[in-house]
Amino acid sequence: MESLSEIQIDRIRKDFPILTTRIFGKPIVYFDNGATTQKPRVVIDAISEFYRSKNSSVHRGIHFLSEKSTEAYEQARETVRQFINAGSVNEIIFTSGATGSINAVAFSFGEKFVNAGDEIMISGMEHHSNIIPWQMLCERKNAHLKVFPFDRNGELDFKKFTELFSVKTRLVAFTHVSNTLGTINPVKEMISHAHKYNIPVLVDGAQAIQHSHVDVTDMDCDFYVFSGHKVYGPNGIGVLYGKEKWLEDLPPYQGGGDMVDNVTFEKTTYNILPYKFEAGTTNYVGAIGLKTALDYVTGIGIDKIGTYEKSLLHYATEKLSSIDGLKIYGMTKNKISIISFLLDKVHPYDAGMVLDKLGIAIRTGAHCNQPVMDFYRIEGTLRASMVFYNTREEIDRLYEGLLKIKKMFG
Amino acid sequence: MTIQEIQDNIIKEFEVFADWLDKYDYLISLGNDLPKIDPKYRTEEYIINGCQSKVWLGADLQEGKIIFTADSDAIITKGIISLLIRVLSNRSTEEVMNCDLYFIDRIGLRENLSPTRSNGLLAMTKKMKLYALAYYTRQQMGNS
Repeated sequence: MESLSEIQIDRIRKDFPILTTRIFGKPIVYFDNGATTQKPRVVIDAISEFYRSKNSSVHRGIHFLSEKSTEAYEQARETVRQFINAGSVNEIIFTSGATGSINAVAFSFGEKFVNAGDEIMISGMEHHSNIIPWQMLCERKNAHLKVFPFDRNGELDFKKFTELFSVKTRLVAFTHVSNTLGTINPVKEMISHAHKYNIPVLVDGAQAIQHSHVDVTDMDCDFYVFSGHKVYGPNGIGVLYGKEKWLEDLPPYQGGGDMVDNVTFEKTTYNILPYKFEAGTTNYVGAIGLKTALDYVTGIGIDKIGTYEKSLLHYATEKLSSIDGLKIYGMTKNKISIISFLLDKVHPYDAGMVLDKLGIAIRTGAHCNQPVMDFYRIEGTLRASMVFYNTREEIDRLYEGLLKIKKMFG
Repeated sequence: MTIQEIQDNIIKEFEVFADWLDKYDYLISLGNDLPKIDPKYRTEEYIINGCQSKVWLGADLQEGKIIFTADSDAIITKGIISLLIRVLSNRSTEEVMNCDLYFIDRIGLRENLSPTRSNGLLAMTKKMKLYALAYYTRQQMGNS
């Protein structure tokens, strides 16, 4: 598949103003994209331009600006729909982020379909956002959380996954891509297996949406969630995709303005989809920023981005593996450009502090993923998460930095 | 030497480092040389949990002076601990309670004591003062 040329990368890098920053006198190497991605100028400008010329609350006023604002907001919904190939805009709910989306489903689905003794299934590689909302639901309803494991390579145990289903299973939730190990899970096969028993599936796409083409129709998931800020959009906006039949059936999880049809003190009837799930003044500016980000990604081509990122991953894996005493966690064949690693006995925090002074931003610690750390019996790792504006030269700088650290702490 | 004099000495020592990495090199050597913590304090009970690194801290009162012993799983954190112990250990409870720790800021390690770093060091300095207060209170009760 076609990748991005060096000239294109050079041009792309110029789209991201923050990449010209110098940290302690050195050009920044930003390898913390798994936590959040940087924003291209078009996104920053779109937000600023919106506040300058179009700002007004959506779905409310009859006036000119409100109409413009509503139009832009609904266009954003349509852009998201196309980006993930959903069937209808009724299936696209704007939320505060992937975490907000998961909490929404855990509440709404839980209210209606989960009772005492029932079971929710998740994988052992979930980050905290896809564990705790289900734990809270289980506590509320006296239900049980069942966890299917992964192996030392970082691959989910498909057999154990299939064995965990029971007559009590109500919903299965797992991540599309592991935020720590980089593993791309076989979501389609897993969903199709769950559907054999008519069990709905929620897929957490927080680490997938920015790296690969996501097609919810083809995947056939019942819910798909992601955050805007991880796909070059602004903070505080996210998406909950849900099949219309589910969203129609689920009760709203928040009450407020805009999500209602008719309100009296005796009874309120709810608005139609997707508004039923968007209470209060929504983050319409965030949605418009997200639309711009998705348009930007589409303009470059998500497949080209993915191919280039794979070549970065390949290069970085080879380079880092050549360092004596460096151990990479998560070695599945099918992974995205995230490398979690430890260097000899050097504490991740120590290494991270030195890298910081060399201008290299990586994440250290447990990555909101303590169960995975417990599985490997480690406290944490260093994580370099790369995207399409990163380069081989930057990987070389990380490599040099790690050699320096090895010397310092050796 | 007073607490202030020791802090001023540390600031002077750090002035010679032109480069960040030299500073870290020095902290690493301090960390490696930190006297071993009394094993009875390297337990769950005495742990100060940071998200990034762990710190263990114990304190004893010996002849009216408070003696700190500490450890961390990260070496640079350990280096900073070593400095904190140099400043605050073997002091009267009142001295520890009332001291103004300004050297960390001055040697450019302020970020290591910021709550966002979550490495246990900020909590450690607070806990050192709390120990001092606890021993001070006990001393006062003993006197009355």
